[in-house]
Amino acid sequence: MKNDDVQAQGMGYLESVPRRVVTLYLPLGVFLFVLLFPFYWMGTTSLKPNAELLSRAGNPFWVAAPTLEHFRHLVFETPYPDWMWNTVIVSVVSTFFSLAASVFAAYAIERLRFRGSRQVGLCIFLAYLVPPSILFIPLAAIVYKLAIFDTRWALILTYPTFLIPFCTWLLMGYFRTIPYELEECALIDGATRWQILVKIILPLAVPGLISAGIFAFTLSWNEFIYALTFVSSSEVKTVPVGVVTELVEGDVYHWGALMAGALLGSLPVAVMYSFFVEYYVSGMTGAVKE
Amino acid sequence: MLPAGVLLLVFLTYPLGLGTWLGFTDAKVGRDGHWVGIENFQYLVGDAVARLSLFNTLFYTIVASVFKFALGLWLALLLNRNLPFKSFFRAVVLLPFIVPTALSAIAFWWMYDAQFSVISWVLMKAGFIDRYVDFLGDPWNARLSVIAANIWRGVPFVAICLLAGLQTISPSLYEAAALDGATPWQRFRYVTLPLLTPIIAVVMTFSVLFTFTDFQLIYVITRGGPLNSTHLMATLSFQRAISGGSLGEGAALATLMVPFLLAAILFSYFGLQRRAWQQGAKD
Repeated sequence: MKNDDVQAQGMGYLESVPRRVVTLYLPLGVFLFVLLFPFYWMGTTSLKPNAELLSRAGNPFWVAAPTLEHFRHLVFETPYPDWMWNTVIVSVVSTFFSLAASVFAAYAIERLRFRGSRQVGLCIFLAYLVPPSILFIPLAAIVYKLAIFDTRWALILTYPTFLIPFCTWLLMGYFRTIPYELEECALIDGATRWQILVKIILPLAVPGLISAGIFAFTLSWNEFIYALTFVSSSEVKTVPVGVVTELVEGDVYHWGALMAGALLGSLPVAVMYSFFVEYYVSGMTGAVKE
Repeated sequence: MLPAGVLLLVFLTYPLGLGTWLGFTDAKVGRDGHWVGIENFQYLVGDAVARLSLFNTLFYTIVASVFKFALGLWLALLLNRNLPFKSFFRAVVLLPFIVPTALSAIAFWWMYDAQFSVISWVLMKAGFIDRYVDFLGDPWNARLSVIAANIWRGVPFVAICLLAGLQTISPSLYEAAALDGATPWQRFRYVTLPLLTPIIAVVMTFSVLFTFTDFQLIYVITRGGPLNSTHLMATLSFQRAISGGSLGEGAALATLMVPFLLAAILFSYFGLQRRAWQQGAKD
């Protein structure tokens, strides 16, 4: 993005203004509208009183009498705060655990020259491609056996199965960019492997660690199928699962509360994301390149 | 530090192996299974619902991937142009991808509501239809509706990854092509596309994989209904294994997905790589 100013000149001046509007701003506007509309809709729905929600009269795009009733209901009359807390704990713990494991794994694969390290690296990548919807059944069997079914541990221990491969893959890319010479210097000065890792590699890999951390946090916050399968009582559910399974009662859908729940549940990741957009994007595109 | 790597492998491959093994047993929730050979698979082949779910999955994946690719590439090209607030747009575009899918799926569910759908409202006011569309009640409507939701979620990912690829292409190549008299289409076809092919291959492999094994959207919006017409293999295996309790059958169904995934990976990866190589070799 840094050399934007240079690139921005490009051949842009060859275009006339009307042509630019039709080929660029119009389609872009449509894209943005479609991509953002569901969020706007979530927001307005969560503010509408029930009477307004269930009437076809009036303009549905506007809220005639905004109310915070749905949010109040959500926070004080449902276990929503518990779910939020669970999600935070599970995401944070599993992210830290995965990051720690990934640092060792990535460093070992990248820098300790052992036979087959490339193959191990490839396997890590393939492991990332194994989707949770294939793994959840055997993992459910394991979770039953370990007697951690329906506890937070069930989630904290299973999330790393998709977090570790991803983080390791990302960090491998980062470690590769750190020059070997730095390590060699440290080795000559008598540093141990551990010291090299902690004092040289990790400080240099901070951007990579942040990328991996943010990405892992979002992934575990958004995780659905494991949380749905391995947990059944309300107190240990995560936000996505709780909203989907508990706020829907029979045939009566509390749309306002549902939307409020969806909005609140999306907010933390959206806020995190907005602070670390660059890291997030570099993490995502870094994982795809190679 | 080596143990960390080894531990990882064991931790990951064991469930996969166990999953395959479970596919050959009659395990139930809370009860170990016994080897039953290929009985589960035989049963699934004869099961109309399972066959329907295979069709649905293929249909879902193919249609959604084609649209995601086309729209994603278009959006990436738009974002790659000279724009004010470029990084802001880029950040906003990615939002659908980062919010929890289960939660945005709820928004779609509400938008597809048979009685109060806002889409129907707009179409009605515009005079295109005379009564509310039953988005999720009719098999084909439901299929297309969930596909639309999936495209909505997937386009940002494709677009942002392709944008990263586009930004590595030097603008001087376009200037050179323009000086040689290339039309915009030719510039796209002979400069952008060949240089973008490798990243397209990887991005689409990811996209196809995650669409094929999609679970959340379907589970939240339709739960496989109406009449199993939107059941994907992932949702069906969840229903059979967890809700229905027959782990073996669900595992067999999940195992059946693996060959398709491998085929998708090999096809898009090697197919497109060879294409890139051929194009490179032509010069």
